[in-house]
Amino acid sequence: MSIFVDENTKVIVQGLTGSQGRFHGLRNRDYGTKIVGGVTPGKGGSDVDGVPVFNSVKEAVEATGATASFIAVPPKFASAAILEAAEGGIALIVCITEGIPAHDEAVTFNRLVEEYPGVRLIGPNCPGIISPGKCNIGITSGDIALAGGPVGVVSRSGTLTYQALHELSQHGIGQTTCVGIGGDPVPGTNFIDCLAAFQADPETKAVMMIGEIGGSEEERAAEWIKINMTKPIVSYIAGVTAPPGRKMGHAGAIISGSKGTAQAKMDALAAAGVFVCLNPTEAGEKMVEIVKAL
Amino acid sequence: MDLFEYQGKQYFARFGIAVSPGDVADTVDEAVAVAERIGYPVVVKAQVKVGGRGKAGGVKLANDIDEVRLHAGNILGLDIKGHVVHRVWIERSSDIAKEYYASFTLDRPNKTHLGMLSAQGGVEIEVVAEENPDAIAFLQIDPVRGLDVATARRWVAEAELDEAAREQTAQLLVKLYDCYTTGDCDLAEINPLILTPDGNVHALDAKVTLDENASYRHPEWDEFRATETEDPREKMAKEKGLNYIGLDGTVGIIANGAGLAMSTLDVVNQVGGTAANFLDIGGGANADVMAAALEVINADPKVKSIFVNIFGGITRVDEVAKGVLEALARVSISSPIVLRLDGTNAIEGRAILAPHLNERLITEPTMLDAARTAVNLANA
Repeated sequence: MSIFVDENTKVIVQGLTGSQGRFHGLRNRDYGTKIVGGVTPGKGGSDVDGVPVFNSVKEAVEATGATASFIAVPPKFASAAILEAAEGGIALIVCITEGIPAHDEAVTFNRLVEEYPGVRLIGPNCPGIISPGKCNIGITSGDIALAGGPVGVVSRSGTLTYQALHELSQHGIGQTTCVGIGGDPVPGTNFIDCLAAFQADPETKAVMMIGEIGGSEEERAAEWIKINMTKPIVSYIAGVTAPPGRKMGHAGAIISGSKGTAQAKMDALAAAGVFVCLNPTEAGEKMVEIVKAL
Repeated sequence: MDLFEYQGKQYFARFGIAVSPGDVADTVDEAVAVAERIGYPVVVKAQVKVGGRGKAGGVKLANDIDEVRLHAGNILGLDIKGHVVHRVWIERSSDIAKEYYASFTLDRPNKTHLGMLSAQGGVEIEVVAEENPDAIAFLQIDPVRGLDVATARRWVAEAELDEAAREQTAQLLVKLYDCYTTGDCDLAEINPLILTPDGNVHALDAKVTLDENASYRHPEWDEFRATETEDPREKMAKEKGLNYIGLDGTVGIIANGAGLAMSTLDVVNQVGGTAANFLDIGGGANADVMAAALEVINADPKVKSIFVNIFGGITRVDEVAKGVLEALARVSISSPIVLRLDGTNAIEGRAILAPHLNERLITEPTMLDAARTAVNLANA
C-alpha cells in the first residue's frame, strides 16, 4: 500500500502551461500518473500535449473528478493557487513552489486548517510525493525510485530526497511512498503526519527519515516516535558541519543556539530509538541490514 | 537579511513606531555635525550586526562636542567580534524610567505568530527566559486574524507593564505587528522599549530580520542591501545570483539544493577534508549558473579542488554538464574538478562530459567516492 496517493489518484496541474508545469506534469504523466487536466486562468479550452486545460480548479474538478493537484506556479501566485485548489474540492495539494514569503505561508496554512480541515497540503518548496509504480506528483525523477516497498521515505530536503531514494534503489530496496515535505518554515505536512501514516500502512515495514538543521520538527518527531512508532527508522540529518548562525539556503536551515543544530536533532532521534547515520550512504547501508532482518 | 540598528529604526518609523531622533555618520566630522544638529547629550552607537557591542565599547554617551569627537573616533574602526565598525548612529540620549522587551516572530511548531512581551527589558531575552520565564508574556497570534488593539491591551496588562506605559505600548505593539507582517519581517524586536520619566514610550533599539523571499514586493529594501558588508567572495556570488557562504577550507563545493549542499559539506568533512564554501546553485540551474558558480569558487585562493555534486530534479544534469564545459571554455579554472552527477538526464550529462575527462576533470560514481577524490586532491 501507499500513503496519501495510489494508482487511482487523479491529478490536475495548476500551471501546466508554464515551463515547469509542462516539463514535470508531462513527466509525471509519462511515469503513469493519472494527470487528467491542467489549470491556467484564461487558457481554458486549450490543451498541453493532449491534457485538457481549464480556467479554474473548480471547472477542472467538475470535468475530470480529480482529487489531487500539483501546483507549479511562481511564488507570487502560489498562495492563491493553494486556496483555489482547496476551494475547488481538491483533497491533496502538492506545491513545489520555492520562495513563497513566510507570512503568506503562515496565513495560507491557517486558512486551510480553519476553512478546509480535510485538505492535505504537501510543501511548499518540496519535491512532491511518489509512490513508485503508482503515482508521482512533483519533480522527483521516477527512475530513481523502486516499486514494491517495504520502506517509506520522508524528507525535509529536496535533493537529499533523491539521494535517499537512490541509496535504497541501488541496493534493490523498494519504497512504498516517498514524501518530500519541504524545508520551508510552515510546511503543510510534517514528519509526524508521514510517520503516523507509515506506521498505519501494513506494507511499510521500515522508514527512512531525512532531516536538516533548523527548526524543531525533528525533535518533535523524536518525541512522537518514542511513544507511537513500532517500525524501525533510519535517519540522516544534514548540516553537522554547518557554521552556526548562518542561513544555508532556505529559512528551514537556520541554526539558533544549540536548539536546531544537527547534533541536537541526532541526539533526540537516537534517544527515541532511531538509527542515526552520518551520511546518506551509511543510512542506505543501515536500511539494507534492517530490511534483510525483517 | 539582517538590518543594522539604524535601518531597523528607519523601518520602524515607516510604520509609525516612535524611535529616538538621530542620524548616521561614517566619519568623526559627520558625527559631530549630527550631534550639533540634534542637541546634547547624545549616544554614539556602533552599527554592527552582532550583539554585545555595549560591552565591547561600541556604545558611548557624549555630553559635548569634544566627547562626540573622542567617542566617534574610538568607535569608528573598532573591531567588535570580527565586525569592523564603518558607521555610527548618533541619537539624542533618552532618560529612562523603565526598560521593556517586545518582539514578534514565527512560532514554527505551532504555525502561528508569537509575540513576546516583558517588563524586564534591556537584558538578553534568552537570559530572562531561562532565569525568570514567568516574566515573559507570550501571545500566540493566528496569522489569519492578526493582532487588534483590544488584545494588545490585555497583553500589556498580563505582562504587568507600568500603568503609565500600557496604552501607548498597546498602540505601539499593533504597529510593530503591522511592521512584522506587512513589512515581511522574520523577526521584529525592540530591546529595550523604554518608558521615559515624562511618560513617553519609544524604541531605543531595533533588531529586524527581513524575509528575502518577500523582496519582490519591497523595492524599498534595495537601500538596505546596498550597505551589506560582506565577504568579497559572497558579494561576487550575490551579484551573480548565487546562494553562497564563504568558509575557510580547501575544497570548493557546488551542489544543487540546500540539503544536498549541506550534506556535501558533511561528507567532505567526514573523509578528512574541509569545505571552502557552501554553494547551492538551486533548482533549474543552467549553463550560465554553473559557469558563474565555477568563477566564484575559482576566485577563492584557498581552493585546491572543486567538488560538483549534482542530483538532478528540476535541474537537468545535461544542462549542468554543458555549463561545466562552457565555463571551462570561458575561464581558466585553476583547481581540478571532481563531478558526481545523478538524477534527471544523468546519462545524457555524463555522455556530454565523457570526451573531455582528464586528470583535471574527473567524474566519480558516488557522492562518497567523489568526496574522497576531491579531498585527496586538495590535501595532496
